[in-house]
Amino acid sequence: MTENHVVTVDGNEAVAYVAYRINEVCAIYPITPSSTMAEWADQWATEGKTNIWDNIPLIVEMQSEGGAAGAVHGALQTGALTTTFTASQGLLLMIPNMYKIAGELTSTVFHVAARSLAAQGLSIFGDHSDVMAVRDTGFALLGSSSVQEAHDMALIAQTATLEARVPFIHFFDGFRTSHEVNKIELLTDDQIRAMINSDLVRAHRARGLNPDNPFIRGTAQNPDIYFQARETVNAFYMKTPAIVQKAMDKFAEITGRSYRLFEYSGADDAEKIMVIMGSAAETVKQTVTHLVRQGEKVGVIHVRLFLPFAQDAFLGALPLTVQSVAVLDRTKSPGATGEPLFHDVVSTFSEYFTSGRLTKLPKTVGGRYGLSSKEFTPAMVKGIFDELGKVSPKNHFTIGIVDDVTHNSLDYDPAYTIESDKVISALFFGLGADGTVGANKNTIKIIGELPNLYAQGYFVYDSKKSGSQTVSHLRFGPDPIHAPYLVQTAQFIGCHQFNFLFKTDILAQAAPGSVFLLNSPFDVDEIWDHLPRYVQEKIIVKHLSFHVIDASKVALATGMGNRVNTILQTCFFALSGVLPREPAIAKIKEAIKKTYSNKGEGIVLKNFAAVDQTLAHLHQVKVPKYVTSTLELPPIVPLDAPLFVQEVTAKMMAGAGDQLTVSQLPLDGTYPSGTTAWEKRNVSDYVPKWEPDLCIQCGNCSFVCPHSVIRAKFYNQSLLKSAPSGFKSAGISAKGFPETRYTLQIYLEDCTGCNLCVSVCPAISLKESGIRAINMKPKAPLMELEKENIQFFETLPFNDRAGVDFSSIRGAQFLQPLFEFSGACAGCGETPYVKLVSQLFGDRLIVANATGCSSIYGGNLPTTPWTKNQEGRGPAWSNSLFEDNAEFGFGFRLTADKHQALAIQLTRELQRELGVDFVNKIVNATQKTESQIRIQRERVAELKTVLLQLNTELAQDLLSVVDHLVRRSIWIIGGDGWAYDIGSGGLDHILASGRDVNVLVLDTEVYSNTGGQMSKSTPLGAVAKFAAGGKSVAKKDIALQAISYGNVYVARIAMGANPQQTLLAIREAEAYPGPSLILAYSHCIAHGINMQNGLKQQDLAAASGYWPLLRYNPVLRQTDKNPFVLDSPRPRIAFKDYAYNELRYKMLQRTNPDGAEHMMKLAQQIVNQKWAIYEQMATRSGSQFHPDANVTD
Amino acid sequence: MDLSTDYMGLKLKHPIVASSSPLSETLEGIKLLEDSGASAIVMFSLFEEQIRKENEAFDFFLEFGSESFAESLNYFPHIDTSPKRPDHYLNLVRKAVEATDIPIIGSLNGITNEGWIDFAKQIQEAGASALELNVYYIPTDIEVSASAVEQRYFDILKAVKDAVSIPVAIKLSPFFSSTGNMAKRLDEAGADALVLFNRFYQPDINLDNLKIDPRADLSTPAEIRVPLLWIAVLYGRIKASLAASRGVHSSTEIIKYLLAGADVVMVASTLMKNGPQYLSVLINETDNWLTARGYHSLNEARGVMSRQNSKDPGAFERVNYIKVLESFENPFSSAIASKRIGNHLR
Repeated sequence: MTENHVVTVDGNEAVAYVAYRINEVCAIYPITPSSTMAEWADQWATEGKTNIWDNIPLIVEMQSEGGAAGAVHGALQTGALTTTFTASQGLLLMIPNMYKIAGELTSTVFHVAARSLAAQGLSIFGDHSDVMAVRDTGFALLGSSSVQEAHDMALIAQTATLEARVPFIHFFDGFRTSHEVNKIELLTDDQIRAMINSDLVRAHRARGLNPDNPFIRGTAQNPDIYFQARETVNAFYMKTPAIVQKAMDKFAEITGRSYRLFEYSGADDAEKIMVIMGSAAETVKQTVTHLVRQGEKVGVIHVRLFLPFAQDAFLGALPLTVQSVAVLDRTKSPGATGEPLFHDVVSTFSEYFTSGRLTKLPKTVGGRYGLSSKEFTPAMVKGIFDELGKVSPKNHFTIGIVDDVTHNSLDYDPAYTIESDKVISALFFGLGADGTVGANKNTIKIIGELPNLYAQGYFVYDSKKSGSQTVSHLRFGPDPIHAPYLVQTAQFIGCHQFNFLFKTDILAQAAPGSVFLLNSPFDVDEIWDHLPRYVQEKIIVKHLSFHVIDASKVALATGMGNRVNTILQTCFFALSGVLPREPAIAKIKEAIKKTYSNKGEGIVLKNFAAVDQTLAHLHQVKVPKYVTSTLELPPIVPLDAPLFVQEVTAKMMAGAGDQLTVSQLPLDGTYPSGTTAWEKRNVSDYVPKWEPDLCIQCGNCSFVCPHSVIRAKFYNQSLLKSAPSGFKSAGISAKGFPETRYTLQIYLEDCTGCNLCVSVCPAISLKESGIRAINMKPKAPLMELEKENIQFFETLPFNDRAGVDFSSIRGAQFLQPLFEFSGACAGCGETPYVKLVSQLFGDRLIVANATGCSSIYGGNLPTTPWTKNQEGRGPAWSNSLFEDNAEFGFGFRLTADKHQALAIQLTRELQRELGVDFVNKIVNATQKTESQIRIQRERVAELKTVLLQLNTELAQDLLSVVDHLVRRSIWIIGGDGWAYDIGSGGLDHILASGRDVNVLVLDTEVYSNTGGQMSKSTPLGAVAKFAAGGKSVAKKDIALQAISYGNVYVARIAMGANPQQTLLAIREAEAYPGPSLILAYSHCIAHGINMQNGLKQQDLAAASGYWPLLRYNPVLRQTDKNPFVLDSPRPRIAFKDYAYNELRYKMLQRTNPDGAEHMMKLAQQIVNQKWAIYEQMATRSGSQFHPDANVTD
Repeated sequence: MDLSTDYMGLKLKHPIVASSSPLSETLEGIKLLEDSGASAIVMFSLFEEQIRKENEAFDFFLEFGSESFAESLNYFPHIDTSPKRPDHYLNLVRKAVEATDIPIIGSLNGITNEGWIDFAKQIQEAGASALELNVYYIPTDIEVSASAVEQRYFDILKAVKDAVSIPVAIKLSPFFSSTGNMAKRLDEAGADALVLFNRFYQPDINLDNLKIDPRADLSTPAEIRVPLLWIAVLYGRIKASLAASRGVHSSTEIIKYLLAGADVVMVASTLMKNGPQYLSVLINETDNWLTARGYHSLNEARGVMSRQNSKDPGAFERVNYIKVLESFENPFSSAIASKRIGNHLR
C-alpha cells in the first residue's frame, strides 16, 4: 500500500480525477449535474496534466450527448480507451449508441451523475430515473454512494470493463454525491496503474478497426441470425459480477478499502431488511447501526452492482433470519408492478424459492423515495422499518411525501434523528453574491486538511439567478462523515443577511444551546429590538448563544470593500468550537496566506486585518428573559392572491414545498401564468427613481429593463383626482394633448438594481452634474410611497394597443409586458428581447422555449414570469427539451395551420346560419395591424356567441378551434447552445420548411445556463469552458446559412447598438409569412463584464463590425429590391477595443499572451473579411438573390 | 562645443532628455528617439494603481455570479491566472536597454510601499540606468496635513533608495508651502536628482454633456516659469542633480533652463507635436546659441542666471512680482497658441 493523500473534493472532481487518468479520449457535452466532470477533464488537459500512460487525454466537446455518444462509439471502435460524463436527458440521447457499444462487447465506462428525467416538469436534481431508463442497453450498472466511493468505483468499473468486455455505467447521485464536498483518500497513479491490466488495454486496442487487419463490424442481420447473435453475449454478462468482485478485492489489497457487490450491514439475526443503492444506502446504514445498538433486528443490503444482477451474491448477503424486505427505488415506473430493483429482488426470491434454493419467501415490498433529490432521512428509514414490522406492510409505497390521492405514502416521525454528539453541524444562510458558499468550501478544506478531523459540505441553491439565497450544510467531526442528507439539527447557525430573518425561519434547525451568529447592521445593544418575534422566542426557548457582528462595517473599515465572507468565516472559526479559538484563527490566517500570497503582501495583510477586526467587533448579545418583539413575518403573498398561489405557490416560495401533498399539485404539469407578480423579492437596495421634469419620455429605460420593472402609461389628467399625493406625472411630451399626463412607474420591489435604465437615459440635468431623468437611489426611503403609487398606477387603464405606435421605442413603452419580474440575472441581456416580443404579440403568442437560461427564468417554479393581460390573454409557453425546440415550435405551427384551416372550413359550412357576408369577412380578414386584429377578435367573439346559441355538433366543433381565426404568433426561443449546436439540425430543417415560425436566438455565445461552456457561437479568441485555451475556430455565421435559403427572414440585432432596428426587425420577422430567424446579441454574466455596461458592449460589438446589424427581408425581393440591408455603419473601432473590455478575451492575455495577440489579429481579419462580404451583399441588386415562393402578394 | 552633462551620475552627451511620453511606449519609438539624438530616455510611467485595479477587476469578474445558481456554480474555466505583472513594461525596458546605447530611465508611480519597492527592484533588474519616481498624487482629502503629504515623499524615497542601487530621481509637484525646503530635505534624504515639475491631471468640464473630462493638454512655453524659478533658486544649493521639466517647445526654453541651472532638460510635448526628429533641431539651436555667445562648454553656461549667480538675488523674490507687472506686454504679440493634442502624460 502506498501512502494516502487526503483531499477535500466534491463527487464530480473525485470521479473525473480517476476517469481522466485511465482514458485516452473523452467526448463531452455539458449537462447538469455532470458538467463539472467534463470541465475538470478539459481544464486538466489545458494544463497539460497526463494520464497514467504519461500522455494528455483528448477532450472533445460535441454538439449534443447524441454526438458525444457517437464520438465515443467511434473512438472505442478504433481502439482508444474512451469515456464520457453525462446525466438525465443526456444519457437518454446516448441510448442508441449504448446498445451498439454493448452489443459489440466494448470496454468503456460512462460516468453518470444520476438525475431526474423531464416528465411533468424538468428537474436538474438527483434520482435514478436516467440510469434506470438505460438498463436494457446492455451496460452494467455500478452505483456509488459517497464521494470516496465514487472515486474508487470509477477505477473498479474501468478495471472490470476491460476484463468483462461489458460496458459500464458508473453512477452516483446527482448533486447529493456529485456536489457534496467531503474528505477522501486520493488514489495515487501507482495505485491506479496497479489496477489496470496492460494486456487488457492492448487487447482493447487490438479489437479496434484497423485497415492492416480489416474486418466488418456493424452489419445488418436478418431474421435468420439476429436472435442467435443477440444471445452470444450471455456468457459475458454471467461472468461480469465475479469480475467486478475480483476487481473490488484487488482494489482492497491495494488501498485497504474493501467493497462487495451486495454489502450487508446490520444485525446478524436481522428480521427486517432494506435493499437500496446510491447515496441513500449510507443513510440507511447509519440508521441501521443506530437501531441495532438499540437492539433492533434490522439490516440493509447495499447494492453496488445492480446490473448484471448477481442473484447468488445477493442471496449470499441476505441473513437467513430475514422475515420482511423493503426494496427501495429512486425512480418511478408508471404502470409497472414495481420499480426495477424491486423486480430483480422479487424475481430472485421467486426463482430461488421455486427451485428450492431458498426455503422461505420473505415478505417483500417495494417503495419509492428521493425523486428529484427529495430528502431521504434516518427518520424515513425508521418509518420504513416500522412499516416492515406490520403484519401486512404496504407495498408500492412512497416515503418522504404525503400522497393523499392514492394513499401510497408511509407515515414517519420527522423529528427522529440519529445525529452523533461528536459531529458539529452548521447551517449558513447567505446570498449568492456574498461569498458564503465559497467561504464555506474553503472552511471545509481548511478543517478537512487537519489529520484527525473530517468535514462534509452540501449546498442548496435558489431557483432564481438574481438575489438568490444559498444555504450551506456543513458537518465536522472526528470520524468520516456518512450523512448524505441535509443538516437536521445544527449546533451553529450563521445568518449572513439580516433581512433573511423576515423571509425564512432561520432557526428551525437550531439545536438547544447552539450558537447563532447574525450579520447585523444593528449593534449588540440595539439588536434585540429589531428581531422578529419568532427569532426572539427561539433564542430564549432554545437557550441559544447569540452573537452579532456588522460584517459590512468591518469589511469597509479594513478595505475589503463589500466582501464579508472572510469576516463571517472568521466568526465561525471563533465561535463554533470545531477547533479551539487560537489555533482556529491561526488556521484561517494560514489559509489566507496560501490563497492570496501570489496577489501580494498587501492583500494578505488586508485580510489579516479583517480577521483581527472581526474578533474585535464580534459581540455576544445578552439575551433578555422575555420576548418583547411585535414584529411578525409578513405573509408570503398578499391575501388577494389567487387561491392556488396562496395554497401552493406561496408554500414553495417559503421553502415549504416539501409539505405540499399530491392532491395539491397539478396532475399534468400545468401551472397558472403570471405568478412572479405575487413574489416581491426585494433583491436590490438601490432602485431607479424617476424625475418627471427631466424626462423626455423616450421609453429607452423601460425598453431595456430586463425585469419589466419600469412601466409607462399616458392617461387623461382627470384620473389624477384620486391619485395619492406622492404620485408623479408629467404632461405628455406631444403637442396637441394638453390634458394627457404621462407616468413612469417603477416596480421597485421587483428591481434587481442592474442600472441598465440609468445607462441608457439620454436626459441630463442642467442643474446637477450626473443626474439623469432616472437615477439609482436607496430603496428604503422610497418604499412606502412607491407601493402606494404602484397601487394607483395599476388602476390607470392600459393604453389601447390599437392607439399605440408600435414602430417606435417611444410607443412600445405603452404596451403591457406579458413577461415580468423573472428570476434572470440582474442586467440580463436576453430578457429585454423576450419582454419586447411579449409586448408586441403577447396576446396571441405561443412560445416554444428551448431548455437553457430562458426556460429557467421563464419556467422554473415556484413563480413564473409569463403572464396575461386584463382580457385574460397572454403568451402560452412551453418547454419540451433542449434539442428539439425548433421542431416543437414547428408543431405549434402545424396545429395552427391545420386548425385555422379547419375553422375556416367549418365557418364556411355554417354559411347559411352565419350569413355570407359575415363568413367572407371573418375568413378573409387581413390581420396585419393591431386594429385589424382587434376587429377580427370582435368578429370571433360575435361568432362564438352565435355558435353557443346554435349548439349543434358543427357549432361545437367550430367552437373548439374558433380561436385560430385570430392569427397566432409562434415564436421559437432559445440560446446559442440550442440554435448553433444541439438543435442545429432541427432549426435548419424548420427554416427550410417555408412555414411561418419566428425564431429568436438569444445569443450569449456560450452555454450560459450550465456555466459558460463553449458553443459553436463562441467567438475566436474567447476563453470558455471546454475552450480554456481560447476558442480557435471562428463563430458560425448562421445568418448567412439562413439567408442562403432565400425565403427566410433573417435579422441580426443588438438592442444596445440600435434599439429601433431591434424593434423593426422583430416586427418584420413576425409579419413575414414564412420562417424568420433573429439573432439577438445578449450580453451575459459569462462574458465577464460589468453588467451595467452590457448595452455599451453591444454598441461596441456593432461598432467594431464584429456584430454587424442586418436584415434580410425576402419580401423586398419581390419588387426586385435588394433584400439584404446592412443596418450598421462601417466599423469605426478595432475589434480589440470591444473585446478587451471582457474577461472572456482578457483571460487569454494572462494565460497565453502571445497566443492572445495572435488570435486577436486573426479575429480582426475575420471581422474585416466578414464585413467585406456583407458590404458586397448589401450593394447587390435584388435579382442577385433567390426569389421567394412564400410571398405572393 | 562640449554639451556633455552629468545627470545623477549618468554621463550624457548633451542635456536634452526625452521624458515620459507615448513615444517611449514602443521599442520603435525608443529607437527613433535615440536615432533623433536624445541623450537619455525616461520611459513612460508604470502605474501600480492601474495594475492593481486591473487585477482586482479581473478577480472580481472571474468570481462574479459564482456559487449562486446550482447549474452554473461559476462561469469561467478555473485556469491558474496569476495576477498581472508589469511584464510588458519590464520587457520593454529590457529590450530598450539592449537596443540602445543611451541611458534608459525607468519611471514609476506607485501607491503602496510594497508596490514602490517591488516595481523599483524589477525596473533595476530589467537594466534601467536610473529610476524616476513619479509621485503623482493629489491630496484631495482635506483632512490630510501638509506634513503628512511631505512625509509621503520621504517615505517613498527612502523605501526605494533602500531597495535599489541605481540613481533615483524624484519628480515633484510645485505645490508645497516651502518648495525649496522640500527640495533640500529630499536632497538630504538621498534623492539623486529632482525633476521639476510634474504636470497634474487637470480635469475639465464638458459643457456638452455636463461631465467631468479627464484631460491633460500638451504643455505651453509659458509653463516654464515656475520650474525656471525653482531651478534658479536651488542651483548650487543642493547636491542632487536638477532636471527641468515642462513647457519646452523650442531651444529658447532649453537655454533658459540651462542658464537657470538645470543639469538636464526634459522634452516631451514638442516631440509629440513635431516628431522625435525635432530633437536634432533643439540640439543644434542650443549649441549654436551657446557657441554664438562664446561659451566653450555647457558647464560654463549652466547656472549663470541662477539666484546664486545673480547680482540681484532679490529679483527672484517679491520684487520680481513688481517687475513682472511693470514689464507686462500684450500676450497676443508673442502669438502663443496652444493646441490640444491629447493625453501625453502617462
